[in-house]
Amino acid sequence: MPSLKDLRNRIASVKATQKITKAMQMVAAAKLRRAQTAAEAARPYAERMSSVLGNLASGIVVGPETPRLLAGTGSDRVHLLIVCTAERGLCGAFNSSIARLARDHANRLMAEGKTVKIICVGKKGYDILRRQFAQQIIELIDLRSVRQLGFEQGDMIAQKVLARFEAGEFDVATLFYSRFRSVIAQIPTAQQIIPAQIEASGTSSDAVYDYEPEEGEILATLLPRNLTVQIFRALLENAASEQGARMSAMDSATRNAGEMIKKQTMTYNRSRQAMITKELIEIISGAEAL
Amino acid sequence: MATFNFELVSPERVLFSGDVDAVVLPATEGDMTVLAGHAPTMTALKTGFLVITSNPGNGRRILVRGGFADINQNGLTVLAERALPAEELTQETLDHEILQAEMAYDATNDPAAKHAAESAVAQLREAKAALNF
Repeated sequence: MPSLKDLRNRIASVKATQKITKAMQMVAAAKLRRAQTAAEAARPYAERMSSVLGNLASGIVVGPETPRLLAGTGSDRVHLLIVCTAERGLCGAFNSSIARLARDHANRLMAEGKTVKIICVGKKGYDILRRQFAQQIIELIDLRSVRQLGFEQGDMIAQKVLARFEAGEFDVATLFYSRFRSVIAQIPTAQQIIPAQIEASGTSSDAVYDYEPEEGEILATLLPRNLTVQIFRALLENAASEQGARMSAMDSATRNAGEMIKKQTMTYNRSRQAMITKELIEIISGAEAL
Repeated sequence: MATFNFELVSPERVLFSGDVDAVVLPATEGDMTVLAGHAPTMTALKTGFLVITSNPGNGRRILVRGGFADINQNGLTVLAERALPAEELTQETLDHEILQAEMAYDATNDPAAKHAAESAVAQLREAKAALNF
């Protein structure tokens, strides 16, 4: 049976923890609003980009002239996984669910005899994947110093990926991130970005386009741009998902702390009552004995 | 005057969406004006001012840095890499843009990229002069 003093200390410490989780929840809620607006504002650009690309690519016959970003290298031996996670923990299953999706993917590819390379964006994913894939991880991109996610970060990552692609280091690239559905639902997603996945547009394929400059030239500049946009979008979706996950995780932590405080206070009051009763009995029986 | 649907989107946000009379685009092969019923065209953009006219004599200028314009029967869509409305431009932001373009010029050895960066710097300087900074 813990003493009264122990119980008092325990309650005080749980209360302090509850204050922290509550503050974190509120901070996450404020950040979520900003991240969500940013993610939603970026969606039109990515959508227009893929429809423009779809228009353009639907008129092109894949041949030796086609950019490799669209047609692929002709093999699928080496796979690159770009795993985007958060820089901080304490956000529920957010990081581990993305990492699990990437791990399953990597295991499946390795079972098929393919070579797997991993680029981690965000430290938490690196920490999880490092245990199993220490040899496969070729780079860790740290965004911790970044306060406001901008297009530059997406561009920076895309340039790194492109440099590796042009050096022939991999054939297929897949992006792992968490899509933001709502505060309580974030969906870990795998998206193939190289070779580009083009959604066929059925609307305006019959119209004859004028191209300025050449069609191939436009496609050659549009494809790397598309890569940047997709990565940028993944980063924004991830940022919103992270804050959403943290908010709900901290909400339930606050609730759990509340429950614990209630239970501890009950025990504290019971044992205090028991002590008083015991002392009373001692006094009364002492008086009776006289 | 016939109008058409115009959308200007940058990676961060949608800057303009609505019906307009005419849009002047800073295309890589020279400035071009898009009116309603324009033939389907896809063009790359360089650095320069994009001018939107929604009612006569009332233009809106937006500085764009690179991107693409897609003209089809549904209207005009501009995907700008960076877009800054003229009313939000200040001397500092413009100087910052010039500095970035100059850095891009110094960073590359590819003649085509060097030429593009050079013309971007020239365009930005011109914009600065036009806005009386």
